[in-house]
Amino acid sequence: MGKMFVRAVAGLALAAVAAYSGAADAQQKRDKIRIGFVTFLSGPAAGPFGVPARLAAEAIVEQLNAGKVPAPYDTKGFGGAPLELVVIDEAGGTTKQVSEFRSLVSRQNVDYVIGYISSGDCLAIAPVAEEMKKVTVLFDCGTPRVFEEASYRYVFRTRPHATMDAVAAVRYLLEMKPAVKTYGGINQNYAWGQDSWNDFDLSMKALKPDATVTTSQMPKFGSGQYGAEISALLQSRSDVIHSSLWGGDLEALMMQAVPRGLFRRSQLILVAGEPYLHRLGANMPDGTIVGARGTHGVFAPESTLNTWLHKAYRTKADHDPNYPAYSVALAFLGLKAAFEKAKLEQLGGKGGKEEMEKAPGVGPGDEQLIAAFEGLSFDSPSGRATMSLGKGHQAVMGTAYGTTKRVGGKVTVTNIKRYPAEAVTPPEGMSSPDWIKGGMKK
Amino acid sequence: MQVNKPSQSLKRPPAPGVDRTTLMLVGALVILLAVGPILPRWAMFMLNVSLSWGTVVLGMLLLMRTGLVSFGTGLYYCLGAYAAGALHHFYGIADVAVMLAASVAVAAAVAVVLGFLLAKYRDIFFAMLSLAFSMILYGLLVKTSALGSTDGFGLSVKTIAGFPLGEWERNLMFSTTVVVAFCAALGMHRYLSSHQGRLASAIRDNELRVEYMGASVRRVIHVNYVISAALAGAGGGLVGIAIGHVDPEMAFWTTSGEFVFIAILAGTGSVLAPFLGAIIFETVRSFAYEYSPNTWQLILGTTMLLVIMFLPGGLWSIFTRRKAA
Repeated sequence: MGKMFVRAVAGLALAAVAAYSGAADAQQKRDKIRIGFVTFLSGPAAGPFGVPARLAAEAIVEQLNAGKVPAPYDTKGFGGAPLELVVIDEAGGTTKQVSEFRSLVSRQNVDYVIGYISSGDCLAIAPVAEEMKKVTVLFDCGTPRVFEEASYRYVFRTRPHATMDAVAAVRYLLEMKPAVKTYGGINQNYAWGQDSWNDFDLSMKALKPDATVTTSQMPKFGSGQYGAEISALLQSRSDVIHSSLWGGDLEALMMQAVPRGLFRRSQLILVAGEPYLHRLGANMPDGTIVGARGTHGVFAPESTLNTWLHKAYRTKADHDPNYPAYSVALAFLGLKAAFEKAKLEQLGGKGGKEEMEKAPGVGPGDEQLIAAFEGLSFDSPSGRATMSLGKGHQAVMGTAYGTTKRVGGKVTVTNIKRYPAEAVTPPEGMSSPDWIKGGMKK
Repeated sequence: MQVNKPSQSLKRPPAPGVDRTTLMLVGALVILLAVGPILPRWAMFMLNVSLSWGTVVLGMLLLMRTGLVSFGTGLYYCLGAYAAGALHHFYGIADVAVMLAASVAVAAAVAVVLGFLLAKYRDIFFAMLSLAFSMILYGLLVKTSALGSTDGFGLSVKTIAGFPLGEWERNLMFSTTVVVAFCAALGMHRYLSSHQGRLASAIRDNELRVEYMGASVRRVIHVNYVISAALAGAGGGLVGIAIGHVDPEMAFWTTSGEFVFIAILAGTGSVLAPFLGAIIFETVRSFAYEYSPNTWQLILGTTMLLVIMFLPGGLWSIFTRRKAA
């Protein structure tokens, strides 16, 4: 027993030492900027969100390193220093994600972290990023709680929060169908579904007080069978049905509800419907109100950056970039804009691309980067974002909704209406529910 | 789940007081307390979480020795974490000692009640019923918007038994976890060598005989169930505080499944096994995340398969195999 035990312990110790020293080597390189990128690579959110986000990140990093991104992002990498991605799976829950975040920071020594699609992960990671003093950009999670319940120095979110999805949906609906009398909903029974429905319901109560709720169906996440819910919705005879379903759940709902004629009777609103337009095809009824959680995808304004993202993303995939891909672009370009603004100040406040690329090893410290990032306005394929909420750490942007129309077998979006940020997002210092209840004053 | 040969439990009881396991436990305590502060921060944190999980699995070890496998440990793990979190969320209490006491108390109290029902069941029925209770808690928490639904909520700590943690928070939390894990393991070791504790394997081997000898099987199972729940509660509290965030995922069946995974990986041969199992599980998982982000599940599954095929008694049987031969 003794010998065996000693051998086993020695083996384990050796393995541990090897693993730890391997990790120590990684931190010596400083000629590259290492970015930890966290996105769902497995689980239900991987297909619609996580993997498109990873493809976009890889495409964007390749393009940045080659200096192929249009101005003002044409400097190579970040201020001349090439980028290196360290990709981590977001699956596994907050316990593992906090552990992995710590490993990214102190074992893999990444310089910045960009990541997180799940709102739960964002809420858990933000305080840890603050504790570890690591500049972290949340790219796709939506909950307004991140910056409404706390404030952070090292944490930024380059996409607007989810309040605007519901508020803009109501504004669009009332513009298109001002005579709405009844509305119901079908949303998944977890934080995103509950929040989406609550925000929609509160916004309707504020802007259309005489309309009444018929039913709120809350099937569990991933249930896939919606027979009973569809029956309840059919019986409710609602003018409008609100849904924040996504992924396989949304596809299953549409397959089951369209043949039963639910949407011939009721106007459907899909808050996050944009990524499924082409996948659903004939199962996407004409006249459905769809959003993309921002001016992403089909709602993105025409610009050289938008064209560039389409082309770059197409080198990695055989479909167009959806809204998570646009969120990734916002995160990388926002961080790059802040980095280069800080670096130019460091270089004496003058010069540009050439001066920065001549000194790739020079880079701003975290304090300078944060100062440059706070309140920054920057261009992206989705339009211009301004970091004006959460003490300069939370982006605001306008958003848009549209109505589907099949043209020659292809689902297109018509009647696109755009809403400026101040019409759909609460001002600084006000919580989203309070703002909606107060009538959404600018 | 055949983990120990029945003959082993019939061996002469180890001498009470200071035996080899106690020495190893004290050794591990001293080493961990000494090495903790000089470890890289990620390693210290991983050890912190692993030792907390080890404490949870230690409770499962007691049930497994009694012949019961729980697929619902997540219930008490989650209750412990939410008890600690709720103190902070609703009452602004940020003391580690108070939070941990609440974690253990809430978990144990619920186990006392549920134990009356569960102590009647064995085998798959026990496993499934315990799973059902944890999923009920999961369902309730998901429906509770006031507690953040699936997003959960954050918690932070400021003091430990009245002393401010200050900038030493991580080190002190690590030491606290080490001490809690040590006390749990030592207590479990003493309990397993006691009369009541030794009834556990007797029940697994032959319930009727135990009843004939005059012991109440249901009472022993009930007591063991409560002890295991208290340990899961403590582990949940420790993890909740270390992570700084709690969410319903902690009661989801996959979390309980991971504890079963660790228990099988480790084996029930020693009170040290759950901790070793948890550390190896977490290390393999973390490096699998790093080196193969797309296929880390495959690596964990393969590890499990190899252990089941070549070490059916768990990793701990590496150390005991020689002795048996």
